Amino acid sequence: MNWLLDLTPDEWNAVRLSIKVATVAMIASLPPGILIALVLARGQFWGKTLLNGLVHLPLILPPVVIGYLLLLSFGRRGPAGAFLAEHFGIVFSFRWTGAALACAVMGFPLMVRAIRLSIEAVDGRIEAAAGTLGANPLWVFGTITLPLILPGLITGAILSFAKAMGEFGATITFVSNIPNETQTLPSAIYTFTQVPGGDAGALRLTLISIVISMAALVASEVLARRVGKRMDIE
Amino acid sequence: MTVVVDISHRLGDLALDVRFRSAGRLTALFGPSGSGKTTLINVIAGLIRPEKGRIEADGRVLVDTDAGLFVQKHKRRIGMVFQDARLFPHMSVASNLRYGRWFTPTAERYADIDAVVDLLGIGPLLDRRPAKLSGGEKQRVAIGRALLASPRLLLMDEPLASLDEARKAEILPYIERLRDETKIPIVYVSHSVSEVARLASDIVVLAQGKVAACGPTGAIMQRLDLLPAEERGEGGAVLDTAVLRHDEVFGMTVLGSAAGEIRVPHLATPVGAPVRIRIRARDVMIATEQPTSLSALNILPGTIVAIAPGQGPTVEIGIDCNGATVLARITEQSRQTLKLRLGRKVYAVIKTVSFDPANMSAGLPVEADG
Repeated sequence: MNWLLDLTPDEWNAVRLSIKVATVAMIASLPPGILIALVLARGQFWGKTLLNGLVHLPLILPPVVIGYLLLLSFGRRGPAGAFLAEHFGIVFSFRWTGAALACAVMGFPLMVRAIRLSIEAVDGRIEAAAGTLGANPLWVFGTITLPLILPGLITGAILSFAKAMGEFGATITFVSNIPNETQTLPSAIYTFTQVPGGDAGALRLTLISIVISMAALVASEVLARRVGKRMDIE
Repeated sequence: MTVVVDISHRLGDLALDVRFRSAGRLTALFGPSGSGKTTLINVIAGLIRPEKGRIEADGRVLVDTDAGLFVQKHKRRIGMVFQDARLFPHMSVASNLRYGRWFTPTAERYADIDAVVDLLGIGPLLDRRPAKLSGGEKQRVAIGRALLASPRLLLMDEPLASLDEARKAEILPYIERLRDETKIPIVYVSHSVSEVARLASDIVVLAQGKVAACGPTGAIMQRLDLLPAEERGEGGAVLDTAVLRHDEVFGMTVLGSAAGEIRVPHLATPVGAPVRIRIRARDVMIATEQPTSLSALNILPGTIVAIAPGQGPTVEIGIDCNGATVLARITEQSRQTLKLRLGRKVYAVIKTVSFDPANMSAGLPVEADG
């Protein structure tokens, strides 16, 4: 067991960085994820199919393509990247924030799908009842819709987190593989497999990433079940 | 408090074109399914935006399509009790009840939570989740939830339709108390003659999206032709009476009405209290001279004022008994045998045992403030 936890500082950094990147990616995609899911579940507008397709692109395209597109748009010279760097001082290229962005984009379709399904399952008549009691649409969303879709939110968030833990192609294309800055677990494993005698390190990190992903999934199961039980919906 | 409705709206096959005004304490929107009752009440609640028209409640204009005015549902302060309760599944009963309070301006909160809980008998349910309630309990909580938002008007959309007879009997007295003990005017949607006859002060009869008749309950219930075919057997005169005395020897109660004394099975109502009775037309016999040697206890003298053909071999006869009209449904053969015609003096005969809890209820108290 000892050899498993006996990580080098660089390996520890990869673990920590992966968790940080995945957590930030998950939290940052929640608000837009809820908004887009709401629009797709409830909205009736021209171009809905287009929006739906756009959201699902990362699921269909090769990750390398997404990474390259991010590089083009959010890189130093990209239009969005230059704008954000100039006005807000936010830089993505070759930073861990870029890894988080890549992970968020790749996990976004999974999150939106889960949330959208739970929004579609909410009985609109219950929301209408809240309206007749004096709650404006914002209050209805906050006090009725949001609590009712909580299990879906949890599932969506965990899926996004798990996807981020495993993201490789888009991340390495966008922000490369810099130890202590953009080298997440998959990148670190990849690096180990490329050098002679790296097998032990690759195996260690592989096991660790299995443990983290499983823990996240189990935690979401337990959480979602507890929330479901508390609500006691027939 | 007056409700004024004048709207046109098309929804699928239904062309709703309704105009009425009611100042009643409990106005029933009555009609068969598909007549537009539920659409109409949803329009009043603000859940449906009418294509054209105007709605006014308590002097406040809620909808006026000509002026481009449409008050959003959350700003109407109109409470709604739905057929399917629609309680919030993620909240306890207590939180459900308190929900509307948050959104009511403090100055306009008149509903008191303890009083409402007491009125509806839901004290023991407060900590429970809606999923753990019976149908009748859910409906009582839904009524309480609507009341605690301190509405200016309370709408009830077939609140008893999804309940069995026992649950209905459990809730009806609460709705009567609501009608008699609170000042909130109620608009009540129903397709059941017995509910409407029991609860309503005024009735708006809807048929195929139009108002077929509109007026006080007593007057509307005279019109058996307004009732849907399957409910016609339940139709009959509705009389508002008061308890005169109790006959302890035979276990009966004597009610005083304009038509005379009426003996019914014993009621627990105190002397002087109002009681509303519905005398089903099919329970009334007609005699041309004062019957003797007859088991029926209620024999009311009167004059025939209306004769209308009924369904199949029947005719419906209206008998004016000292100002109160009693309806009788008899066969055309009997009518000819007895030579019944308008203006003839007759006796309406009603068996005491034809009264049961379904056609006797707490009456509306005499209006003190109009």
